[in-house]
Amino acid sequence: MKVVVPVKRVLDYNVKPRVKADGTGVDLANVKMSMNPFDEIAVEEALRLREKGAATEVIVVSIGEPKSQDTLRTALAMGADRAILITHEGGVEPLGVAKLLAKVVEEEQPGLVILGKQAIDDDNNQTGQMLAALLGWAQGTFASKVEIDGERVKVTREVDGGLETLDLKMPAIVTTDLRLNEPRYASLPNIMKAKSKPLANKTPADYGVDVTARLSVVSVEEPPKRQAGAKVADVDELVMKLKAMGVAK
Amino acid sequence: MKTLVWVEHDNTNMKDATLAAVTAASKLGEVHVLVAGEGCAAVGEQAAKIAGVAKVHVADDAAYGHGLAENVAPLIVDLMGHHDAFIASATTTGKNIAPRVAALLDVMQISEVLSVIDENTFTRPIYAGAAIATVKTSDAKKVLTIRGTAFEKAEAEGGSAEIEAIGSSGDKGLSSFVGAEIATSARPELTSAKIIVSGGRALANGENFHALIEPLADKLGAAVGASRAAVDAGYAPNDYQVGQTGKIVAPEVYIAVGISGAIQHLAGMKDSKVIVAINKDEDAPIFQVADIGLVGDLFKVVPELTEKL
Repeated sequence: MKVVVPVKRVLDYNVKPRVKADGTGVDLANVKMSMNPFDEIAVEEALRLREKGAATEVIVVSIGEPKSQDTLRTALAMGADRAILITHEGGVEPLGVAKLLAKVVEEEQPGLVILGKQAIDDDNNQTGQMLAALLGWAQGTFASKVEIDGERVKVTREVDGGLETLDLKMPAIVTTDLRLNEPRYASLPNIMKAKSKPLANKTPADYGVDVTARLSVVSVEEPPKRQAGAKVADVDELVMKLKAMGVAK
Repeated sequence: MKTLVWVEHDNTNMKDATLAAVTAASKLGEVHVLVAGEGCAAVGEQAAKIAGVAKVHVADDAAYGHGLAENVAPLIVDLMGHHDAFIASATTTGKNIAPRVAALLDVMQISEVLSVIDENTFTRPIYAGAAIATVKTSDAKKVLTIRGTAFEKAEAEGGSAEIEAIGSSGDKGLSSFVGAEIATSARPELTSAKIIVSGGRALANGENFHALIEPLADKLGAAVGASRAAVDAGYAPNDYQVGQTGKIVAPEVYIAVGISGAIQHLAGMKDSKVIVAINKDEDAPIFQVADIGLVGDLFKVVPELTEKL
């Protein structure tokens, strides 16, 4: 069974985003970019399935500007077997990404596609569900545990209030939550090795997919700033303030 | 514009998240709601009483008992022949189902909507809430998830909508429910609580979390939350997590204990009315957003606070 893992290049999660003065977006010039943290978890899970003998090949896919190649090389250095880069300048919305991934899935015929539950830049949390819809496959979203049993996969999901376990028919879509695993670091020799692993270059046109945006961004603004309040000297003063607010009697 | 709202429920009781979604929908026009479940007639009656709802569609079938997206999405897509927009609250259920509906309709979803500017224009947070984007859709049908804390709750009583039973589109046979471990708690639910006491890494272990955070919460009648660090370290269960990847809350008072205030955590609570921070590091970023700060050792301060309240 092949496993396909889509990965996205995003602003590094430690970097504080700065809104551009002209209100057109967030400034991404000269800032550190990395693999979306949820996608690292997805790559890790695919690698673990291969190590357990449940998967034979791990194929990573990224859609975006040419520099997304760096993100794919990172995934290859973690241990993925080969990569597909679908180059498109400017952003592609989840619907467009899902349509492109559906074409990749048609070609590769994987048993599972493992995606991150959301990208930390646009915070959409849509692509996996959309891909499942387009393929007519089952979806196991926000997974904290994945167990393959023949033609079925059991997925434990993090839901409001606790955990829920579903049994899905394969092929299926899984999206990763934070607690699914702890992603490995790529070692230096593996980073070197990754440079010679196969990476196919494609464009949306190669797949006949129209990725024209359905949403236009009117403006991007900073959220209203909170004013830092006053510090209190001791617990008594805090109790007094809480009482004044009616929080305590 | 006719909007269909997803009613969130457990087959017996409607959840509060539905009420905020109805308010968002009412800004677009006529509001219809969908109750899909198994043995969910009582929920249909509750939904019919929400002020502002014109019609309740009830689909009662074993296939809908656990809200499986594979079964529920085709049902919604059928109904979208007569509706212009679909709105679900951005809960784990709404986030699971709505994008599946959007893709089947070939439209882009707008996630975690904060406000409705007009029927095509909405605001939503990006980059963990570090920026607010105003987006305009060109799709004929709209699919939105809304952030519950950004909309007032519609009145749960006072309406008298017509209830219509609708047929099932059946079990698609792709997925089945195995089981659930739902944490039971006598405390208020995190996303609708008026007061939240939240603990972070500084608590050092689960015993301290129980011994310090929970008594304070109980004294205030508050819900208990946690930072990702506290959850990852096993001090608190996963569903306590407040932040970009956990729950988004906006209580009247949020008391952050031993939480430094990373942007991913702030994303989940910075719309709280009053933020109180207790931290021994006076340079912790949490103090930049806190209305009331107390610099001190939580192991001394919290028991004293609980005692004096």
